[in-house]
Formats: sequence, C-alpha cells, structure tokens
Amino acid sequence: MAGILGEQSGAFVGLLAVAAGIIGFVWGLTRIGVEYKARDTVERIVMGVLILCSTIAILTTAGIVLSLVFETGHFFQKYSWTDFFFGTNWTPRFQGNSDLGILPLLWGTLYISFIALLVAVPIGMFAAIYMSEYASKRVRGIAKPAIEVLAGIPTIVYGLFALITVGPMLRDYFAQPLGLGQSGASVLTAGLVMGIMLIPFVSSLSDDIINAVPQSLRDGALGLGSTPSETIKQVVLPAALPGIVGAVLLAASRAIGETMIVVLGAGAAARMSLNPFEAMTTITVKIVSQLTGDNDFSAPETLVAFALGLTLFVITLALNIVALYIVRKYREQYE
Amino acid sequence: MTDLPMPADASRDATKSSLLVADARTRKRNAAEKRFRSYGAAAIGVALVALVVLLSSIIGGGAGAFRQTYLSIPVALDADVLDPKGNRDPAEMSKVLTLSYGRVLDAAVDTAVADGGIEIEGLSDKDIGGLISKEASAQLRDRVLADPELLGTTVETNVLVNGRVDGYFKGRVTMESAEADGNTSPQQLMLAEELKERGMLVTRFNWDFVTNPDASDQRPEAAGVGVAILGSLYMMLVVLFLAVPIGVAASIYLEEFAPKNRWTDVIEVNISNLAAVPSIVFGILGLAAFINFAGLPQSAPIVGGLVLTLMTLPTIIISTRAALKAVPPSIRDAALGVGASKMQSVFHHVLPLAMPGILTGTIIGLAQALGETAPLLLIGMVAFVREFPAAPPEGLFDPASALPVQVYNWTQRADPAFIERASGAIIVLLAFLLCMNVLAIVLRRRFERRW
Repeated sequence: MAGILGEQSGAFVGLLAVAAGIIGFVWGLTRIGVEYKARDTVERIVMGVLILCSTIAILTTAGIVLSLVFETGHFFQKYSWTDFFFGTNWTPRFQGNSDLGILPLLWGTLYISFIALLVAVPIGMFAAIYMSEYASKRVRGIAKPAIEVLAGIPTIVYGLFALITVGPMLRDYFAQPLGLGQSGASVLTAGLVMGIMLIPFVSSLSDDIINAVPQSLRDGALGLGSTPSETIKQVVLPAALPGIVGAVLLAASRAIGETMIVVLGAGAAARMSLNPFEAMTTITVKIVSQLTGDNDFSAPETLVAFALGLTLFVITLALNIVALYIVRKYREQYE
Repeated sequence: MTDLPMPADASRDATKSSLLVADARTRKRNAAEKRFRSYGAAAIGVALVALVVLLSSIIGGGAGAFRQTYLSIPVALDADVLDPKGNRDPAEMSKVLTLSYGRVLDAAVDTAVADGGIEIEGLSDKDIGGLISKEASAQLRDRVLADPELLGTTVETNVLVNGRVDGYFKGRVTMESAEADGNTSPQQLMLAEELKERGMLVTRFNWDFVTNPDASDQRPEAAGVGVAILGSLYMMLVVLFLAVPIGVAASIYLEEFAPKNRWTDVIEVNISNLAAVPSIVFGILGLAAFINFAGLPQSAPIVGGLVLTLMTLPTIIISTRAALKAVPPSIRDAALGVGASKMQSVFHHVLPLAMPGILTGTIIGLAQALGETAPLLLIGMVAFVREFPAAPPEGLFDPASALPVQVYNWTQRADPAFIERASGAIIVLLAFLLCMNVLAIVLRRRFERRW
C-alpha cells in the first residue's frame, strides 16, 4: 500500500497508526469495571469467528447449487429441456443451432464407469480380503502402503498414462488386429486406467468394512469347521454386504465425476455404441471443452456446461448420500 | 479338517473315512481354499504391477526432458549488426530484433560447419540453419542485452539445438521418421552426428527445464516448467493461508463446542458431501463465483488458490477433527479444573497437543490440491503464459500456469517432443508430492503421541 501512496503518505500512515493506538487505549481504559469480564467478551468474539468458519462448508454448497441452478436456468430459456435430457445427438456448432442432447454423454460416462468398476471392485475387494484375512504382518506392511500410493497419484498422471501407454497398447495389440477400432483413445482405455485409480479407494473402504465385522462371527464359523475362505464367503461378506454396497456406490460416484483420465483417455466424439474400443466422451469432458478458452456466456453452447455440471452434481450427490447413509447404518449395526 | 461325524449319506461311508487320507470333498474344499487365497494374492499382485508400470512408463518417458542437446560454438557478435548506433546503450540495443541475432547465429553455425570440414551430400542451408532452435537467438539477445560489453567479441556459446535433432539423440527421432518429416531431414541428422563426433554437440543435464517458462508450439526444446512451478507455489500459499485457519477453526467449533442439533447435523452432512463432490464442479463454482461474479482475473493464482481452498477444506476438517478427538478428555478436564475457560482449555492445551495430527492432515490436503487439474482448466489456467508472475501479493493476480495444467497443456500440442516434456513435468510434480508425503510421515513419526 505504502508503495502506491508514495513516500510522504508513509509518515501519514504511521501517524494514523499511532492515533488509532491511543484511541484504542483510552477506549479500553474506560471499559474497565468491576462487572466487566474481558475474557468472556473476547471469547464470545472468537466463538463467532469459529461459527463463521464452520458455515463456510454450507456457503460452498450454496454457492455451487446457486451458480449451477442460475446458469442452468439461463440455458433452459434458450434451449428446450426435453431436447437436452432426451436428445441423442451432441453436435455443438459455433454459429448456433446446435444439438445438445445429454444422452450420448451419459452413455459414455456410464459405460466407462462400468468398466472401471469391473476392474476396481474385484481387484480391490480381493486385495482387501487378502490383506485383512490372510496376509502376514510383513506382507501387509508392504502391500498396504504400496496400494495407497496409487491413491496419492494425481489423476493427470493417470491421464497421461492412458494417453501414452495404455491407449496405444490397446490399439496396437487388440483393437487393430481384431478390426474393432483405430483410435488409441477409447472407452476401454479410460475404463482400465480409471479402474486402476479406484483400486486403493475400493480396497481401503472394504478393508475398514471387513475389519468392522466382529471377530466372534468368524470364530463361530471357523469353530464349526469351515475353511477360512468359506468363512469369508458365507459369513464375513454377507455381514459386510451393506458396507460393501456403500463402498461400490462411492467408487461409482468417483468414476462418474472423474475428469482428467477421460479427457486424455476417452476421446471427444459423442457416440452411443457398444464397442469398447471406440472413442466416446463423457459429461466431464464436455464441461471442460465447452468452458475452456474464450467463453460467451449468452450462447447455449457455453451455458450447456452448467446444465451438464448440475446433472453431474445431482447424480454424484444422490450416490454419495445413499452410500453414506448405508455405510453409517452399517457401522451402527456393529458398534 | 473334516473329522466330524458326517450324516450317513448314500454317497459316503463314515466308517471308511480316515484322518490320514483326505477324502474327495475335503480335497475339493481345500482346493477351493487355495484358489480363493491365490485370487487375493493375484489381486494385490495386479495392483502392484499396475503401480510399477505406471511409474516406470512416466519416469522412463520423462527422463529425457532433463537432458538436452546443446551446440557449443564460438559466436562472433558483430557490433555493426547488433548495435547499429555504436553507443552500447541497452535501451538503443533493445530495438534490434531477435531476427538479427538469428542471422549472427546462423553465420556462426555456418562457420563452425565449414571449419570442421564437414561435407554431407544434399545438405542444404536450411538444414544447417535449422539445426539450432528458434529460441536460441532470443536467448543470445537476452545475454547480450544483459552484458553489452560482449559486443564485438567472439564468445563461446552453448546454443540450444532444434527439438528434432535433440530427439534423434534421445531415440525419439530416427532417420526413417526424419525422411517423412518436413521439419528435419536425414542430412541434418547426419550433420548433427558429425558435430557430435567432433565434440561440438553435447547432451547434458537440463536445468533450464525446471527454470524456463513455457515455449511456443515450434520450440519444444526450450519449454520448461518455471512459471508452472511458481504458479503452483502461489496457489499452495493461498491454500495454506486460507484453508488451514478456516479448516482448523471450523473443526474446533464442530468438535469442541457445537451443540448436537439440526444445524450442526446439516454442517456435518455438508462437509462429508463436499468431500465427495467431483472436482470439476468446484471449477464451475470458481468460474461462476470468483471470475464472473466477483470479477477476479482469469488464470490468476488467487482464483486457483481459492477454488483449491474450498476443495481441500473438507479434507483438512476431517483430519483435524480426528486429531482433536484423539486428545484425551482428561487434558480438558484438568485445564477446566484449574479454572481455565472452555476456550482456554482448547486453545492452550488441546490444540497444541493435536498440532502434529493437524499438520499431517494439512500436508496431505495440500498434496492433494497440488495435483488437482480439472477445476483449474475452467478458470483459465490453460492460457499460454511466458511471463513470470511478480512477487506476492501483487503476483497472485498475475497470469500464471500450474504444474498439472502445464502437463495437460503439453499433451494437447502436436509435436511429440511435448509428450516427453509432459512426462518430465509429472516427474517434477511427483517429486514435490513425494517430499510432502515424506514430510508428513516424518512429522507423524516424530511427534505422534499415543495416549
């Protein structure tokens, strides 16, 4: 500030500070009295600050909902909502008159998430079962942190991995020989890599859930003569089922909202096809492509990103709420 | 295992079963057990192999970014060309365009090739001039403007070599691919080979990759992550100064003071939901709230920092609450017992004891924020930025890039040399993340207290 105001005003600011100090001192002196409890006053102010900070979470949610709903409203004034939710074409054009149907994007999103879960759920579950029921302390001590390293790697790294390693590999060894596709970016590329990303997520959640099953259930089953695998399959897993469903739902919500892997691995063509070697696109990819660069916030081509964002937010929120509810209910059951 | 008396079944004769010989059913069950167990081991194996392949492919692909080929030749700085007025005044000299320096460099390369006695059939002037990077002349200009005394002398210069030639020595470009490539030719590569044999072309460690700003599409050899590192650092500063105090204050309220009522329930549900909201939604929020509504500049670290603050708040709150919860109630009771107020017991006793846990959670949250890409794309961090931002606080409003966004940016460029740069930038990013996580682990080991 002083730099902007110049040299002379520096002295002025100094004087101002001294004056403020004196006024504060006098004011403080006048307030001292027998009945006055300074500690309580200070603490009341601090308490106010604490409460204010804890409402930031609510403000954030409100901000998200408001910004999404507001701009989505603008979008639906320019573009019919039936065409948006039931349209099967996605062809934005610069000169206007675009087809902005969400269905191809939704299909890509769900297809890729499905493949990701197909990879992550079995691997994550088996890894968690092995670590909690079979592994020696030493193996567990190495494997658990190593798998958790996967969770600490930023998604852009997975995206680059899909782009430079997995995509070309799938194309050269599977898609082209089988005559199924020519593109490195594909549903399978993005799904596989996203599956790897979700392994630690599924495994650490399942690990918690399996450990929460009371030991007495296991002891009972083992005492009746079942093998450890029979105990797991017939006693532990059924008991843990609600928690596991919750974990899978949380993983699904992660997969649906994931951006960088699909931006770099899945392609940009909006398409509804069953061939996993074809490039498809997702809601998140289109949010990025419609909102990067120079935006014209009156064109439906830009505003559609907010409608896509709102759809994404609602889907993931619903999944999260259901999942958190199930997990919480399940925890109470054994506590 | 199955020495229980079995029901007298038609298929089994209980009298014939033996403890020493496993019967068919036992064998089947034991095989199933073994199978199940091996599935588990295989799952862990698959996860570990994926980790190793992922890291080795990135590190293998990015290691090249840290090595760069330079041509070291004597360059005669012709004073007549570079300082036409002849008064060595930097202000006057800065009017001389980069183009003139390019000519000086071209002449120097020609001389070097002629002096070396290199003769290659079909070698054109374009091949010789194209050997060096387009960025080299700008670098020479900066050097001369910084030190006008160099004019008129002949200085030994390390000239940045064209990305294709550099790629040839790293194995990315081959004679066959050069044949089809309009930007290079086999003759040029042969020339480079000759120069290398004479020791004029050296490939060495490339500090410039860490310190240089981004470069344009045609100059992958000059691109670096300097601006991106600085931008990421600024955003981390914003997150540190906002998310940590707010997060800790919110956790203190929720953990120590909040009454159990509907309002605090709403806050709690909110926080756990925010932790699971897709990161790109935070980007939309940033665009709508901070840029469109509040009018903050695009691509500024302050906006990125604010968005990342909102994103990391839930992480910090959750870990801080866990740390506060771990402090035993006896500490609070003792403080209250000697006359401290509730607030004093928390701020003077509980909080300092919970500090290591809070710090660890904060570092983990920061690491998460450092690697986040998607929300930054929406707030304009993808812009091409070559200028270093000023020192904070003003610099927080200057355009900057961020490490993960720089990676994304480079993957969108045509020249494959940028893929190598992108992997290199990821190595830098992973190195930072590794340091932060190691710091978190060390802090936890050093200061963690078991009650």
